Amino acid sequence: MIAALAFYLFAAILIASAVMVVTARNPVHSVLFLILAFFNAAALFLIAGAEFLAMILVIVYVGAVAVLFLFVVMMLDIDFARLREGFQRYAPFGAVIGGILFLELVLVFGSWSFADQASSLRLSPNPGADVTNAEALGRILYTDYVYPFQAAGLILLVAMIGAIVLTHRDRPGTRRQDVAAQVARSGSISLEKVPLGAGIRALGIRRPPEPEAETKVAEGTGHGHGHEGHH
Amino acid sequence: MRKGPGTVTAMRGITEMEIGLAHYLTVGAILLVLGVFGIFLNRKNVIVILMSIELILLSVNLNFVAFSSWLNDLNGQVFAMFVLTVAAAEAAIGLAIVVIYFRNRGSIEVEDISTLKG
Repeated sequence: MIAALAFYLFAAILIASAVMVVTARNPVHSVLFLILAFFNAAALFLIAGAEFLAMILVIVYVGAVAVLFLFVVMMLDIDFARLREGFQRYAPFGAVIGGILFLELVLVFGSWSFADQASSLRLSPNPGADVTNAEALGRILYTDYVYPFQAAGLILLVAMIGAIVLTHRDRPGTRRQDVAAQVARSGSISLEKVPLGAGIRALGIRRPPEPEAETKVAEGTGHGHGHEGHH
Repeated sequence: MRKGPGTVTAMRGITEMEIGLAHYLTVGAILLVLGVFGIFLNRKNVIVILMSIELILLSVNLNFVAFSSWLNDLNGQVFAMFVLTVAAAEAAIGLAIVVIYFRNRGSIEVEDISTLKG
């Protein structure tokens, strides 16, 4: 009884928040309702017994993807009023398409049934209540599905690199560290032996030579420059 | 309601009540229709279209989990996990494209995106 009530409650909130995602005026509200929808879908997963997927949905979707949506919506300076134009114009069209799709789905579900041998065709039956859902998933994910699992990781890697490459931009005028130039630099660093105990009053403040005067100074002073400087 | 082959050993939340496969499939169908409706409704806002695609993928996952629970077969949950992976990658790439498009053109209206039309 409790499970049925919980199912109806979570399903109702899920569908209501999905409606709000689609029809909200402000995209920020859309993202927040999307987060609510994900939470309720996770609750439905829990009722169906898929605990690990429910946690994945909350952690990955609410924690990463929905927050990514939120960042992008808030980062872009969008004129929300202009985006709402044509809302009424497209609504009947979309409603007709959606209604046709829903009718087709109802027809498919109404005339469909499990095959008789469906239970014997299962690839990885649930081991039962003595093994937790996460452990049961891990047992088949790292054995039977290890290659798809690696492929999924590769997809995520490619997506990460692609997103960085797409959004990275070189701003002209920014000063970056150039390691090769620093390592190859020579001639402008001088080591010289100063008399001990002379103090700054007698010696004066030694400053590095100006970049344009560098070559002249290097010719003039001779020692202490170039290769003698490093060891 | 039809009785699935895994009914006897089906998962805890399903056996004891009348909540069955049809309930989950109905919720999934409504979510999918709402996602498609959202794509048509928000013709100008690419970000809401991406969110509608997320709703559609969520309904697919709901169906996978429902069948997995009903048949008592873990393959559906594994596949739902792969769907989640691909959906996350798709969201990241799609939002990156939206960001660079907005940076170049100053708008994200779908009707303006016709450069490739020729």
